[in-house]
Amino acid sequence: MSEAATAQERPGIDPDLFVRRTEEGLARLDLVVAGMHCAGCLRKVEGALKGLSGVEYARANLSTKRVAVRWDPARLEASAVIRALADTGFAAVPFDPKLIGTLDDRESRSLLKALGVAGFAAANVMLVSVSVWSGLVSDMDETTRSFFHWVSALIALPAIAYAGQPFFRSALKALRAKSMNMDVPIALAVILATTMSLVQTMVNARHVYFDASVTLLFFLLIGRYLDVQARAKACSAAENLLGLRATAATLIAPDGTHKSIAVENLEPGMKVLVVAGARIPADGEILTGTSEIDTSLVTGESVPEQVKAGTSVFAGTLNLGAPLVIRVTKRDDDSLLAEIVRLMETAEQGRARYVRIADRAARIYSPAVHIMALATLILWFTLGAPWETSLTYAISVLIITCPCALGLAVPVVQVVATGRLLRQGVLVKAADGLERLAQADTIVFDKTGTLTLGQPRLVNGDEIARADLALGAAIAAASRHPLALALTAHGQSLPHPLLDDIHEEPGMGLEARLGGETIRLGNADYAGARATHEQGHGGSELWLRRGSDEPVCFRFEDTPRPDAKSVIAALKARGFAIELLSGDREPAVKRLADELGIANWRAAARPAAKIARLEELASEDRKVAMIGDGLNDAPALRAAHVSLSPADAADVSQTAADFIFQGAKLAPIVEAVDVARKSRRLVFENFGLALAYNAVAVPLAVAGFVTPLVAAIAMSSSSVTVTLNSLRLNLAQRRALSRKAS
Amino acid sequence: MNILIFLVPAALLLGLLGLAAFLWSLRAGQYDDLEGAAERILYDDDKPDDDEPGDGRRKD
Repeated sequence: MSEAATAQERPGIDPDLFVRRTEEGLARLDLVVAGMHCAGCLRKVEGALKGLSGVEYARANLSTKRVAVRWDPARLEASAVIRALADTGFAAVPFDPKLIGTLDDRESRSLLKALGVAGFAAANVMLVSVSVWSGLVSDMDETTRSFFHWVSALIALPAIAYAGQPFFRSALKALRAKSMNMDVPIALAVILATTMSLVQTMVNARHVYFDASVTLLFFLLIGRYLDVQARAKACSAAENLLGLRATAATLIAPDGTHKSIAVENLEPGMKVLVVAGARIPADGEILTGTSEIDTSLVTGESVPEQVKAGTSVFAGTLNLGAPLVIRVTKRDDDSLLAEIVRLMETAEQGRARYVRIADRAARIYSPAVHIMALATLILWFTLGAPWETSLTYAISVLIITCPCALGLAVPVVQVVATGRLLRQGVLVKAADGLERLAQADTIVFDKTGTLTLGQPRLVNGDEIARADLALGAAIAAASRHPLALALTAHGQSLPHPLLDDIHEEPGMGLEARLGGETIRLGNADYAGARATHEQGHGGSELWLRRGSDEPVCFRFEDTPRPDAKSVIAALKARGFAIELLSGDREPAVKRLADELGIANWRAAARPAAKIARLEELASEDRKVAMIGDGLNDAPALRAAHVSLSPADAADVSQTAADFIFQGAKLAPIVEAVDVARKSRRLVFENFGLALAYNAVAVPLAVAGFVTPLVAAIAMSSSSVTVTLNSLRLNLAQRRALSRKAS
Repeated sequence: MNILIFLVPAALLLGLLGLAAFLWSLRAGQYDDLEGAAERILYDDDKPDDDEPGDGRRKD
């Protein structure tokens, strides 16, 4: 108890843990500053940091909301850096850039480089090609044309070899796995067209296709870059959310001193201090202290659990009452966390079988295209055309049918949809998340923390005398226990009596004196109440006893999210079957299900039971969207067809989920569903447009009417049409917003 | 048409210069924070070294 009582306040994260040394001997710290939104903030943050003596470099990144600081460690401490920002009103949280992925960054950078090279080549090859095209109808002599063709080859060959790599690599990977994706026809068309053009250049023919293959790559790289960029943005926002909650544990050294330690470095046998209001950093056993623990994030149970010395506790649970000292134990194989990790590993396999729409289209599309090109070759050859002409026509068919529009159709829609959702506070983490969400027909909700806020609310306030309510609120004001906070909030407007000698008995309740009478507020034992009066109540209770009077019971329940009911109704109206799958006790689940109008519900579901139910639904050929927040939901989030998770969910769940939505409301779910469905419609429209183009252009190409100029125009215009069509997704939103405003 | 022998390489050289400039700017991190750069231009201090917090020019 003595060790536990020393720390009254929750310690912040020790920034020293995140400081790294640069080669020049400077200290370097990376921070997430979530509150940075505008030029003014940027300026204040950088100004505050540069104003510190010893700071050599401070640069804020407004896109990622991250700040990099470098300073002379001899003149400044890391905590001073955080404090300087706190003084200007910005909460800064250190993070380790190694833990927060920089992988996507490298990918988008190499794509951007390829895009630059392809852009340069496309512009210059076009410059030459346009001259050649105009030369065809005027008086260009053969030497000049040949010279121009060689110039094109000189530019195009290295550019294609460099900029085409993303497609060649992906196509090769697909072929090795004996499957087809979008990149196979792309790579084939580019390589064939380039080789053919090279041969044509050597034999001094009239037409070469370097321009077509280079512009094709250029357009496709634009699509691919936008796609990666949009996802990187959503992912970095998601990582910031996780980083914001990075916590350090307070280690109690054998000599009794306290120091901060990163959670990953905790070893079995170490003693850690968990102050009231902090999350328990590792699985362990309580050595000293009595308290209540909120396990809702782990089990879905909304009523706090009483713990005392000797009780086992799980990482991720929240200590509510009093400081605890915990001895870290090794993770047993039968611990809840081990079970969850095991379930998650097996659950993931189902998801990997999903094939993206674009790749499914490619499976039908590319054989068709290749057969058609081959047929053209054979047709012209048997008709007696020279083999060069036959091959040229066959390549025209390949180029004109090349899935340029298809390759652009999906990424552009994705980018617009992801951006639109990002503005509404929904982060799309999985590349194919929108496609899968559009297919969903059943939504399974978790209860605690998902449909509810995970905050208790007084439910029987009307049955309690005003004087008792005022007294309860007055005494509760001295505590930070969630139930006490809820009671204080409820009795805010009432006149509080003046109390003396308020003190808190950890894990039990509060005691105070009012004019010689002893007042106690706490659990049933502490207030001297008999067993619970009312059976079937699913929430928590507090008892108030004044002197020797009969104790009064305050009953609390979890608060549903403010728009839970309307969101459920909206989802039902969109044709979803709704189900509630909770780890909480039956009465609490039943009450919420009735209140929100959910007919299908299951209570006391363990993680394995949740997965079993999802598998049952999947075997009925239902596509399930799982929405949950707890550690116990993580395996289910992985097992479901698509999954969403609120921003305050457990880390594991956020990592497992395809979407993360922010804020106290559930409305973003409806928005995400609408956008996903609209995106799918747009993708199909784009496919339709591209096919319509092909339907016109392919017969012409087969018949041999398509010159390189026509092919280039047809290709670009179909890409532009598809892009414009995709942008309608944004237009629709603008219109909706302006309608709302007027 | 002999002039083409000079003009085409000149055009290519200029194009390559542009490409080199792009690759340089990419390496220099100019594409890392597109939003921040758009906002930074609003400040009129020419000497970033002496921007003390709280100087009179700050407007926010």
